[in-house]
Amino acid sequence: MIPSTKPPKHLKMRAPRVAAPEPARDLGPPKIEMRALNFYYGETRALHDINMTLADNSISAFIGPSGCGKSTLLRVLNRMYALYPKQRAEGEVLIGGRDILGPMVDVAELRYRVGMVFQKPTPFPMSVFDNVAFGLRLVGGIRGAELKSRVESALRDAAIWDEVKDKLNADGRSLSGGQQQRLCIARAIAVKPEVLLLDEPTAALDPISTLRVEETLQALREKYCIVVVTHNLQQAARVSNVTGFMFMGDLVEIGPSNQIFTSPTDRRTDDYITGRFG
Amino acid sequence: MNRRALRKLKNAAFLFLSLIATMTGLACLGAILWTLLSHGLAGMSLHLFTQMTPPPGGQGGLLNALYGSGVMTLLGILIGSPIGVLAGTYLAEYGRNSRLSTVIRFINDVLLSAPSIIIGLFVYEIVVVRMGHFSAIAGALALAILAIPVTLRTTEDMLNLVPVGMKDSSAALGAYPWRTTLSVLYPAARSGIVTGLLLAIARISGETAPLLFTALNNQFWSTQLNAPMANLPVVIFQFALSPYKDWQDLAWAGALIITVTILILSISARVILSLLQAERGSGR
Repeated sequence: MIPSTKPPKHLKMRAPRVAAPEPARDLGPPKIEMRALNFYYGETRALHDINMTLADNSISAFIGPSGCGKSTLLRVLNRMYALYPKQRAEGEVLIGGRDILGPMVDVAELRYRVGMVFQKPTPFPMSVFDNVAFGLRLVGGIRGAELKSRVESALRDAAIWDEVKDKLNADGRSLSGGQQQRLCIARAIAVKPEVLLLDEPTAALDPISTLRVEETLQALREKYCIVVVTHNLQQAARVSNVTGFMFMGDLVEIGPSNQIFTSPTDRRTDDYITGRFG
Repeated sequence: MNRRALRKLKNAAFLFLSLIATMTGLACLGAILWTLLSHGLAGMSLHLFTQMTPPPGGQGGLLNALYGSGVMTLLGILIGSPIGVLAGTYLAEYGRNSRLSTVIRFINDVLLSAPSIIIGLFVYEIVVVRMGHFSAIAGALALAILAIPVTLRTTEDMLNLVPVGMKDSSAALGAYPWRTTLSVLYPAARSGIVTGLLLAIARISGETAPLLFTALNNQFWSTQLNAPMANLPVVIFQFALSPYKDWQDLAWAGALIITVTILILSISARVILSLLQAERGSGR
């Protein structure tokens, strides 16, 4: 018998890893459920039969090479794709047990429940205060002292209060890039959404600002169901409880982050996280 | 001659030609301004702003014409710019890819470059003939039609320059498109839209042809909108062609006033733009 040239799996060389995140802990109850989700850009199918359940009070990260469909997945969850023609989703997606893809869904109400932060910071052309109050004013009914305290607590939760408390009247665009991104996080969580989506939130930021944003996410995980898409594997390993690997529109595997980063079950995941491609 | 020397020579030749072209343009502008200043300054006096247009040989000023131009330009902008801004908003935000937008854009481009005398004739047929007489309101309408394409185009362009992420962020917070437009996109594009308005004012305040068929002119002080009204461009047109020396002097003075006004408008448009950008950059 010719011995295999491959080393046994447990001896295989691996690229150095970042410290494993905290072991799988008790996650919250299921928050997001996807069943047979398919997504189309015109004729092109960008997501293939996605099935998964994401827990509340946790951070779920999605990794994968460019064009694998991870951002598309995010844009389904608040129906952002509906702003653009010829994009459609099929299948079933439930958030908090409620269907979000049906024709009767009020998209504005859905987006109120599901906040989103984009890759590039997008402060509105108004003061820091008005930026954070924007969503609250859309709903209406929150004024005066209550509005002020809601804005302050959102800025505190986003870990930017100390930096902006003396310039709440300054234009939001005058802040630094990292501050702008945390301002956008504050703006998204001010309305207390059920789910917070982040699409490569630190891709446009320097390392220090990235660190601050990650700390912010850690602090927020107790309160929200957070879904983050990232190109940065270390980031996924650092901040998330659950990691999903996507490739060519498929959800290859999803599981506790320490398991995905230390002993993935699928060859493609292993290749990607060890840097063989991507 | 080797290739390298040839390329250097070509470069020098093009540089020379570009310089000549630039100089020619600037020289023409300089000559116009110099002529205006040398003739116009002679006629400058306080009378211009306190007295009515005189009969030949009499002493007078341009007060009625200045007032009329101001009123009709203001009315023209008040009528034209909301239409232009809203139509530009439709093109940029609502009907970006629709067939209707393509048609509107094409018609707007035609309108943008249409000779203004055609606009004058159009309003003459539609308004002046029906009313039976020339009127300031007809003049304002003609100017409004001229202001629409300018404001429409700048508004659409400026809204298109607003980063898509900003619009998406607003939608992601649950804002309906009208709320996004009012609260986020207009403030973001404010400086550009204001510049468009100033440019539109500059464009219509010097127009003669459309007023010739609509507001005509008036030798006397008139504030009635449904009667002919004096205005600078037509006064300049009539006085400059007249054989009377004092009328010609008034025409030069009026031309100088219009030119300086438009210059100030254009410069302030740029200053506003740069101030707003500086404010955005430094905060506070």
